[in-house]
This record gives sequence, C-alpha cells and structure tokens, in this order.
Amino acid sequence: MRGALLAPVLAAAIGLGGCASSQGPGATVDPLEPMNRAIFAFNDTLDKYALEPAATAYRDYVPETFRFIAGNMFENLRDVWTSVNNLLQGKPGQAASDFGRVVVNTTFGFLGMGDVASELGFPKHREDFGQTLGVWGVPTGPYLVLPFFGPSNFRDGPALVVDAYADPIAPLIDDVPVRNTVYGIRVLDDRARLLGASGVMDDIALDRYLFMRDGYLQRRRSLVYDGDPPPLDDDYDDSWLDEE
Amino acid sequence: MTAPALSRTTRRLVLGLIALLAGLALGALSSPRALAVEAPDKQIERVSAEVLARIKADPEIRSGNLDRVSQFVDEMIMPVVDFERMTALSVGRGWREATPEQRQQLVEQFRTLLLRTYSGALSEVRDQSIRMKPMRADPADKDVIVRSEVIGHGTEPIQLDYRMRLTGDTWKIYDINVLGVWLVETYRNQFAPIVSQGGIPGLIESLRERNSRGGTEPPPAKG
Repeated sequence: MRGALLAPVLAAAIGLGGCASSQGPGATVDPLEPMNRAIFAFNDTLDKYALEPAATAYRDYVPETFRFIAGNMFENLRDVWTSVNNLLQGKPGQAASDFGRVVVNTTFGFLGMGDVASELGFPKHREDFGQTLGVWGVPTGPYLVLPFFGPSNFRDGPALVVDAYADPIAPLIDDVPVRNTVYGIRVLDDRARLLGASGVMDDIALDRYLFMRDGYLQRRRSLVYDGDPPPLDDDYDDSWLDEE
Repeated sequence: MTAPALSRTTRRLVLGLIALLAGLALGALSSPRALAVEAPDKQIERVSAEVLARIKADPEIRSGNLDRVSQFVDEMIMPVVDFERMTALSVGRGWREATPEQRQQLVEQFRTLLLRTYSGALSEVRDQSIRMKPMRADPADKDVIVRSEVIGHGTEPIQLDYRMRLTGDTWKIYDINVLGVWLVETYRNQFAPIVSQGGIPGLIESLRERNSRGGTEPPPAKG
C-alpha cells in the first residue's frame, strides 16, 4: 500500500537523478539527491525569510517566563508519546520513568509548567514512532527531505503521520483558532531552541546539504540504538592509516 | 656543640624538604601519567572538569574571542588530542598521497575550521557538568570509546563520546561524537567530493577559502 503510494514519487525522483552525478556514499543512501537538494533549498529559503526571523523575535521580545512555561508544557505533552513509544520498543523501565515524568510534572509541576521531574533525577528522553519502527527492524530506506519538515527518510517520514495523530494537543483543545495558535507557538519554541545551533551550521559546513544529511542519518541511527549503535560494516576502516 | 648538630638536622630537614618539593614538582609536571598510564575515561573526566572550570572562569573565552580560545585550546585540549590522526581520517585515503608540507597545511586549516566553528558554542557554557557513562573495554584494548554526557540545568543531557587511542603512554582523542554524530565521519563526507574533484590541493584551497571568510559571522547569502 505504502509502496504503491510512493512509487510515482520514486520514479519521478529517479528520472530527475538520472543525469546527475551520483558517486560516493550519496549514491546508496541518497538516490533522490537532486530532488532532495531542491526541497532543501526551498526549506532553507522559507527558514531564512520567515521562520528564523519569527523565532528570533519570539526569543527576543516574548518574556522569558512565558517561553519557559510554554516550552515546559509542550515538552510535558511530548513525554506522553515518548512513554508510549518506549513501551512499544520493549523498554518498560524507560516507559515507566517517562510516564512518571508526566505524572510528576503535571501535578507538582502545575500542568507541566515546570520540569520538576528533571530536578528529581528523571532524565528526559525523546522517542517517536520513527525510532520505534527502527527498533522493530524497519530499514530507513533512502534519505528524503520533506517540504516544511526537513530531513527525513522513507521510514521516519511516514511515521510522522502517526506522531501527528498521537499529538495530545488536538484532543485537548477544541477551539480551532486557539489550537492553531498553540501549534504556532510550538513551532516558534522549537525553532528558537535551535537558533544557536543553526548559527554553527552556517559556519561549519562546506556543503550544508551534505552536512545536514549526514548529521541527520547518524543522529537517527544513534537514537534508534539509544546512543550506542553497533558499528556498520564499512564503519571506520581506518587501517589504511596505520599501514604507512 | 649543639649548633653543628642542630645545623646538621636543619640541613637534613632542608634537604629533605627540597627533595620532597622537587619530587612534588616533578610529580606535578609529569603527573599522573609518569606513574602509570591514566585510564582513558579517568583522563576524560579529569580534563573535562578542568576545561569546564577554565571556560566558566574566563569570560573572554565564553565571548568567543578567537585568540583567547586558540590559546586555551592549545594549552588544554591539544595535548590530549591526536589531531594529525583526526585530520588524516577526515581527509580520507587521499592523505596517503599528500606531501608532508600538504599534511601540515591540512592540519592547520582543519584546526582553524574547527576553532571558528565551535568557538561560538562556548558562550553556551554555564552551569554544565560532565557525567561519565560506564565504559565497556578490555584492559588490553588500545582503541576505545569513552562515553559521557553533558548535564545542564533544565536541559536534556547531551551525549558526548570520544574515540581514543593509546599512543606511547598517553591516551589521545581522535574523534568526537556529539548527539550521535561523529565528527570525523561527517567531515570525511564533506571532504570526499572536494578531494575527488580537486585532489589534496583542492581541499587545502577550499578550507583556506572557507576560513578566510569573516570571523564567526554567518557567511553572506549565496547569490
């Protein structure tokens, strides 16, 4: 079913990519590179002229207390889904800890306005359905840049739909304008946290697209294995250096 | 009568003290590696604490003053890093064909690139501390991964791992992992297309060009 849906996209992308140079590691992890680069450029422009300035204004003009409370409440709601995913991944201990975070922060943290649980030593985790699929052994498939959402792949992209359904904001807030405002604030909050990092990004990379891609793929793989992935077959064959 | 005896005692005492001080000084200079090889995770723990304390104490470093950061990196970080190995692995197999002079240039440019890139991040250092994670390594291993995380107030722990290799009697870092992303792998993928197009001279040229773009300011928009 999903394959049938994606087939035309794939075909179009391969058609696009046919004439482009595809050598090196990109050829295997990123057969859709030309299309991805185009979407990346679109996202980049959108970010540069809309999202980043808006997030900067949010950071600079909205009182810190509001941002602190809003950020904590969003994260508290996210912990619910993190907990469910930990359960789906067969990690009941972490699921319990994350559920404990929600309980503690919703009660002692006044509806999640404060992150009491972190102070009490319950560390925050981030789990989403893409990671759960990864734990279940679903391969990532080719790298994919989504419009608006950014770096993804054929596993994590569709999983975003499940994440969106599980988002507790929709059932919690009936009023549509209010709900959309909350969504908007969440986007600004998320982007504002990355302002420092994106500054580094501008400086770091000879090719920002490649940098984002490799960073994303490594990071997702690491997350699936909770920070401790097994080595890949072609990982770190650095013996050539010692043969000198 | 008692004077010479006393003076002998005093002299012995003084000599003893000098010996003790000399021993301490020597020990301090070469410590603690002179006695035994410091375990890689212990070394990371010690150096991390020293580095964090230094950054917290020096507002010039936190503000990203490049000269000051450079000096600080040379003093505190470079002694525990095998930077040539880090550069070589980032450049990839092309390194083998590079002349000693080109290697020197690559090391220099790569160092500048990293310095510029990460000096801005130092402003984020506030109340963080380092928590070491258990290490799985055989005592006989000469190449290990040390795992740690940066703990900050009100932020999620940031994963920070190191690849280390025993060179002589010191463990040296040759790769760093931040949030699951290895530095060498990332730069190798950045460098590969440049090396395959313009060879080692092309890579040196691009790095030099990248580094000569102003300060830590974002580069001008691509037109």
